[in-house]
Amino acid sequence: MVTSDQILLVPLLPFLAFVTNILAGRWLKDRAAWLSIAASSLACVIALPVCWAVFQGAYFAHQGTWLMLDAVPLRFGYLMDPLSATLLFMVTVVGTLIQTYAAGYMHGDPRYSRFFAYVSLFMFAMITLVISDNYLLFFMSWEIMGLCSYLLIGFYFEKDSAANASLKAFLTTRIGDVGFLLGFLTLFAAIGTLNFSEMNGLLTEAHKTHAALNTGLLAVAALFIFCGTIGKSAQFPLHVWLPDAMEGPTPVSALIHAATMVAAGVFLVARSFTLFMAVPNILPVVTAIGTITAFMAAFIALTQNDIKRVLAYSTISQLGYMVTALGLSGLGAGTFHLITHAFFKALLFLGAGSVIHGAHVQDIREMGGLFRKMPHTAVTFIIASLALAGIPPLSGFWSKDEILLAAFGSGNFLVFGVLLLTAFMTAFYMFRLIFLTFFGTARNAGVHAHESPALMTVPLWCLAVGSILIGIPGSPLMHHWFQRFMAQTVHYPEYEPSALVMACSIVVAVLGITLAGVIYLEKKHWAVTVAKNFPSFYRLSFNKFYFDEFYSAYIVKPFNALSRILFGFDETVIDGTVNNTGRATMFLSGVKQWIDTYIVDGAVNFMGTLVYFLNSVTKRIQTGFIQNYLLIVFLSVLAFLAFELKLT
Amino acid sequence: MIVLPLSHILIFSLLLFAIGIYGALVRRNIIGILISIELMLNAANINLIAFSKYTSLSPETGQIFALFVIAIAATAAAVGLAIVLALYRIRKTVQANEVNLLKW
Amino acid sequence: MPILEIAVKFGTYAVMAGILIFALGVVTLRNLFHCALCLAAALIGTAVIYVVLQAEYLAAIQILLYAGAVVTLIIFAIMLTEHLAETTIRQNNSQSPLAITGLLGLVALLTVLILRTPWPVTQTALKAKVSVMGLGKALMGTYAFPFEVISIILIAALIGTVVIAKKDDPEERL
Repeated sequence: MVTSDQILLVPLLPFLAFVTNILAGRWLKDRAAWLSIAASSLACVIALPVCWAVFQGAYFAHQGTWLMLDAVPLRFGYLMDPLSATLLFMVTVVGTLIQTYAAGYMHGDPRYSRFFAYVSLFMFAMITLVISDNYLLFFMSWEIMGLCSYLLIGFYFEKDSAANASLKAFLTTRIGDVGFLLGFLTLFAAIGTLNFSEMNGLLTEAHKTHAALNTGLLAVAALFIFCGTIGKSAQFPLHVWLPDAMEGPTPVSALIHAATMVAAGVFLVARSFTLFMAVPNILPVVTAIGTITAFMAAFIALTQNDIKRVLAYSTISQLGYMVTALGLSGLGAGTFHLITHAFFKALLFLGAGSVIHGAHVQDIREMGGLFRKMPHTAVTFIIASLALAGIPPLSGFWSKDEILLAAFGSGNFLVFGVLLLTAFMTAFYMFRLIFLTFFGTARNAGVHAHESPALMTVPLWCLAVGSILIGIPGSPLMHHWFQRFMAQTVHYPEYEPSALVMACSIVVAVLGITLAGVIYLEKKHWAVTVAKNFPSFYRLSFNKFYFDEFYSAYIVKPFNALSRILFGFDETVIDGTVNNTGRATMFLSGVKQWIDTYIVDGAVNFMGTLVYFLNSVTKRIQTGFIQNYLLIVFLSVLAFLAFELKLT
Repeated sequence: MIVLPLSHILIFSLLLFAIGIYGALVRRNIIGILISIELMLNAANINLIAFSKYTSLSPETGQIFALFVIAIAATAAAVGLAIVLALYRIRKTVQANEVNLLKW
Repeated sequence: MPILEIAVKFGTYAVMAGILIFALGVVTLRNLFHCALCLAAALIGTAVIYVVLQAEYLAAIQILLYAGAVVTLIIFAIMLTEHLAETTIRQNNSQSPLAITGLLGLVALLTVLILRTPWPVTQTALKAKVSVMGLGKALMGTYAFPFEVISIILIAALIGTVVIAKKDDPEERL
């Protein structure tokens, strides 16, 4: 059969591309892109047979000992089960297509090779994350992806807004990452292993035998692990970084912030699904957060004017859908939506990039009537929007339908209702975007648009084909093969397909599109009237629910104040100590100088003075007068004589 | 036929010697000093003769000694006076307190 | 005979007193010439004492050398170096109090010493008589070495005196 060790080459090739591009980038120039694309496509080619084998039912896992901790081996390895095979397939295919597009989009940029180096590093990290078999390796790749996100969002670092946005993204996801770290450490404390397979085995065994688990500790672990998802997948309340992350180049937005990195959070919950199922109260929390996110983001997207912002909020909303699905124990539904969303959202972002590249504007109020000038872009964009809105038989319909089915089937009618409303809003804002951008008359006469080169339009068409076809494996046309495939690893409740649900979703989507068409093609004054009559709603939507202002006032400012206080402490106490030590030393040296001058030199001088004084006294003996000497001799002799004679 | 006790002669010579020392210490004139020195040597001679007469086993010893002392005294006086003459030629003075160039 | 003894004793004491008085004159007179004369008198008196002590030869030598040669020498020097008119300067310097004190001490000390010491006065010594011949034999015999040394000294003194007292003209080649 096919061996699976070549899986190790799949992350390795992009890593080599990264190293080469970093070191030899200046020499490679334009060829750097081809190196990255070649590495990525080669990785795809190597990965596909293994994925295909897993799709057939195989299962691969391999572990190697990295190091020994006191006779306990620390093992790292890869795991190819249905979940990882699916994602690996998606990541390699979409990644390669986006890199091809980027070769054309980034043409002429002075840091061309560095871009592709970063992208290759990101591919390496994402692939490692997908195939890793324990939380520690997962976390390491998670962190590397965070780093790449920082580097790529801030790629145009000369712009203040880009530098700030990259820092915001990094710090916000960091908060989630701390939770994730605490989570899996708690998990380790609870069950003693970080390996996914071992964890799954332990938890299912305990469930079967009804053994006692430390559910309190496990619940805490699950909650903290979910914090990582909140951060990385831009859920409420840590979603604020994703709209600002649009400062990066559009291929970056497509790759990282639509298709792959933000999906990593969802993938984390999917991987930990047995854990989430084993603890009682965490899944409702997951569902709640997902639903709130989905609704809130769609609401904000209704009034945004920047083409990439609309897509960013759309991404947040769809991620909310996926998280909700997982919260409703729909592992298959959530993963399915992840895959389909990757394709059509990447396509949407690349299309937006193509529009920006061709028309050189980002604000949709300045566009209009671009259909004729950019036909390929427009058609693929419309296909992707239809998929996102959920029009059958495109992929988005099947995956969204699965989620709605999970909500309806498990009895969560509130969630079902909210998701349905969100679907309506999704269809509305996407087609508002399309009608304002591609149809109607050109509002800004200075915009001279042209179609993008083939290097950019071919990937668009590939992704369009993917958007149409990728939903088939999970649809009734293939008898829900995908859901059954996912159920091989973890058993989760399945629901009967309901015609009612399907009908609701189709009706809602068509309504949304029609309303958008009516307002934005014909009666634009309706939008203005609504905005005037519901000013608070409009303002909430337009100002993104004031999240940024809230965080800035209540979180950022106190931290800055604290840091200023600590800086003051550092300056006065610590630097003060150092400075005062210096001053004390100077003072001591002054004292010593005084001692040296007055006491030491004084002693020396005193000796000299003493000698001089004694000299001035005793020199008078030498009078030069012989009779004095004679007298002295005589008196001395007399004295000796007296002395001697007295003694005798 | 010796009639005086030895101690009397000794005391006499002692007094002579003392007078000689007084002169040597006190006289301003250098020649005066030299004269006083002659007195001292004389006193010593008397002592020698007295001792040789009263106590000595060989009486010639004292007298020979005294002879030599006389010779030496004469020599000393001669050389000393020569020096005084030379000094007088240069410094034009024979006062002892005016020849004190070797003072501090 | 006791009267002779008494006379000799008295005479000796008188001569001694005279010598002392002349000695005092030596050290205190202002006129240096008078000092020299007093010195001569004192030296002659000493010769008399020598005779009393039965050292006749030495008395002769004393008068010959001392009172004759040395005093003459001294008078020559006085003549050559001083104006006899200068007789008004004080002859004592400032040391006299100290010197007198020291001397009184010395005299007192040694007097006590002399009176206390048991001098080994022997009759043989008292009875011994010294002849000139005996002195000559001793000089050439036992004391030949000092005799020779004395002659060297005398030559040295002679030459030295001449050299020192010579006039310092521009040297004529000898």
